[in-house]
Amino acid sequence: MKVLVPVKRVIDYNVKVRVKSDGSGVDLANVKMSMNPFDEIAVEEAIRLKEAGKAEEVVAVSIGVKQSQETLRTALAMGADRAILIVAADDVHTDIEPLAVAKILKAVIDEEAPGLVLCGKQAIDNDMNATGQMLAALTGWSQGTFASELDIEGDSATVTREVDGGLQTIKIKMPAIVSVDLRLNEPRYASLPNIMKAKKKPLDEKTAADYGVDTAPRLEIVKTSEPETRKAGEIVGSVDELVAKLKEAGAL
Amino acid sequence: MQFGPTEEQQMIVDTVRRFVETEIYPHEAEVERTGEVPAELAEAIKSKCIETGFYACNFPEEVGGAGLSHLEFALVERELGRGSMALTHFFGRPQNILMACEGEQRERYLLPAVRGERMDALAMTEPGAGSDVRGMTCSAVRDGGDWVLNGTKHFISGAEHADFIIVFVATGEDDTPRGKKKRITTFLVDRGTPGFTIRDGYNSVSHRGYKNMILDFDNCRLPDAQVLGEVDGGFAVMNEWLYATRITVATMSVGRARRVFDMALAQAAEREQFGQPIGKFQGVGFQIADMITEIDAADWLTLAAAWRLDQGLPANREIASAKLYSSEMLARVTDAALQIFGGMGLMDDLPIERFWRDARVERIWDGTSEIQRHIISRDLLRPLGA
Ligand SMILES: Cc1cc2nc3c(=O)[nH]c(=O)nc-3n(C[C@H](O)[C@H](O)[C@H](O)COP(=O)(O)OP(=O)(O)OC[C@H]3O[C@@H](n4cnc5c(N)ncnc54)[C@H](O)[C@@H]3O)c2cc1C
Repeated sequence: MKVLVPVKRVIDYNVKVRVKSDGSGVDLANVKMSMNPFDEIAVEEAIRLKEAGKAEEVVAVSIGVKQSQETLRTALAMGADRAILIVAADDVHTDIEPLAVAKILKAVIDEEAPGLVLCGKQAIDNDMNATGQMLAALTGWSQGTFASELDIEGDSATVTREVDGGLQTIKIKMPAIVSVDLRLNEPRYASLPNIMKAKKKPLDEKTAADYGVDTAPRLEIVKTSEPETRKAGEIVGSVDELVAKLKEAGAL
Repeated sequence: MQFGPTEEQQMIVDTVRRFVETEIYPHEAEVERTGEVPAELAEAIKSKCIETGFYACNFPEEVGGAGLSHLEFALVERELGRGSMALTHFFGRPQNILMACEGEQRERYLLPAVRGERMDALAMTEPGAGSDVRGMTCSAVRDGGDWVLNGTKHFISGAEHADFIIVFVATGEDDTPRGKKKRITTFLVDRGTPGFTIRDGYNSVSHRGYKNMILDFDNCRLPDAQVLGEVDGGFAVMNEWLYATRITVATMSVGRARRVFDMALAQAAEREQFGQPIGKFQGVGFQIADMITEIDAADWLTLAAAWRLDQGLPANREIASAKLYSSEMLARVTDAALQIFGGMGLMDDLPIERFWRDARVERIWDGTSEIQRHIISRDLLRPLGA
C-alpha cells in the first residue's frame, strides 16, 4: 500500500503572530515557517505504518509557494520516500483554499493511486478543518476524522475519533482519508542520517495548472484582528472583598 | 563567498533547536533549583540523542559518527548553547581528542564513547596550574613496566558522569634556553582504577548542575596501554585536538545570546512605562541595536573560524578571536538584557539572572580572555620579531 501525506507550510507554532497593519492578514515576511504540526503527526503515522510492514511507500505532497519544498524536505528527513511539490502561488501570503487543495489532491490520487491518505485534521494558520472531508467527498472514499488511534487490517481500518466529550470508534472500508488529531502519536525528530539523505530523495515539481485546477479564492477576507489582550488581574485581600468586587463587576 | 546555510544545514539547525526546546527547556528550572540532573532524565536525553543519530556527530563516519564538518558541528553546538549545559551534556559530544586512540584503545575508549556507552571527561587544570598548563605538578613516573601517577586535578567538568578521564600529567623535564620545560603525557584513566578517586568540587555560580570535580591520584598504577598518543607527546596531542573546545565556547555563547536577546526584545516591545513600550525610549532601543549587532558579529566570526578549519587553513588566531569576542559579547548581552528587565531580571522567577550568571564562566574556562588575547597577539607579533 502507498500512503499519501499532504503537508502544509505554515507559520511556526512558536512564532508570535502579528497582524498586518492593513488588517488583510498575518505578517509572514521574514517569519519562521514550519510543517503544520498536525501534518507532522500524519507523516509520523505513515512512517510507522511502513515500519510495521503495512505500507510500502510514503509520498508527501505539498501545495503552495515554491518554499514549501523545505516542508517536503522535512517530511523526507523524517522518513518519507519521495515528495511532490505543487506550486500554486508566488506570494507567501496567498493561502490556497481547502476546496482547491482537495481538487488538486484528488488529481494526485488519480495519478498515484494510494491506498490511504493521512492528513492533519486542520492547519494551524487558518483552522479550516475542511480539506480532508472535501477530499473524501470528491473521491467518494471513506473518511475517518480526528483520529487518535488508527489500526489497519486488510481492507478495513479502525479509527478512534476524538469527538466532543469522548471517543468514538468506527470501522471504515479502505481506501480511506484519515485526518489525524494531536494524540495519535508523538512525531520523531528528523534523524541526522535522514537529513543528509533527504536531498537525494526524489522531489517532483508541478503546478496547479498541470492538474487544471483553478485556485482563485472563493472567500474574501474582510478583516483580520489581534485577539483582545487580557487585562491585568487583581489580588484581593479577603473573600468579602472578592464577593464585593464580583458584585461590582456584575458577575454576581 | 556564500552567507547562508544549505537546506541540510538549515534542517540540522531546526532539528537541534527543536530538540533543545522540547527535551531541555522544560527541565531547566528543576536542575537550577536542585543543582542535580536526575539519572533517568540524563538517560532519556542521551537515548533520544542516539536515536536521532546526533550523538557524537562531531566524529567521522568511519568510527560511527555523523561526519559533520566543523561548520555544521558549530551550528549544532550553537543551538545546544541555548539550553542548560547540565542537560545538553547528555547530547553527547565526546572529546575529539579520542581520535588519537590506537589499536585496542579504539575498542575500549573511542568506539564506546561514540556509541554513547562510555562517557569521557578531560583533565588538565590543577590548583596550582591553570593558564600555565606546563606548571602542572601532577606526575607519572616509571616503575617496572608501568606508570605511577600522583597529584590532584581540579575544576574537571563532567567527571561525575565519566566512565574514563583523559588526563594530562608531567612525565619529565627538559632544560631549554628559556629555562626548564615540563614534558607532558596523556593518559586514559578508567573510573575505579585503584589509587584514583573522583570527588565533589566547588559550587559555581555558573551552570548549576554542570558540576566540576576534583581528581586525586595516589600511587595510581597504569600500564603503557593507557597512554594516549606518544609518551611525552602530550603537547602534540593538545595542539592537534584541543582547539575544538574553544570553538565550543564561542558557538554556545552565540546560541545563548540569541535566546536571551529574543526575551529582551519581547520585553522592550511589551513592557510599558510612561505610557509607552520601553523599547521606544532611545536608551533601550539603541541597547537592542547594539546587542543584535554584537551577536551577529560573534556568530559570523565563529562560523568563519570553523569554516577555516574545514578548508584546512590556519585557524588558531581566528578561533581565539571567536572565543574571546563571543564570550565577552555574551557577558555584555546578558547584562544589557537584565537591565532591560529591570528588577525582575534579578529574580529567579525569570531565567535572565541565570543566563547572566552562566555567562561569567565563558570568559574563564578553556583559556581565559587574557590567554586568548595572548594567543592572538603572539600570532601577529612573533613573526615580526616582537
Ligand atoms: C566551571 C569550570 C569548569 C572547568 N572545567 C575544566 C575541565 O573540564 N578540564 C580542565 O582541564 N579544566 C577545566 N577548567 C579550568 C579552566 O580551564 C581554568 O580555570 C582556566 O584555564 C584558568 O585557570 P585558573 O582558573 O587557574 O586561573 P589562572 O590561570 O590562575 O588565572 C588567573 C588570572 O590571571 C590571568 N593570567 C594568567 N596568566 C596570564 C598571562 N600570561 N597573561 C595575562 N593574564 C594572565 C588569567 O587570565 C586570570 O585572569 C574549568 C574551570 C571552571 C571554572
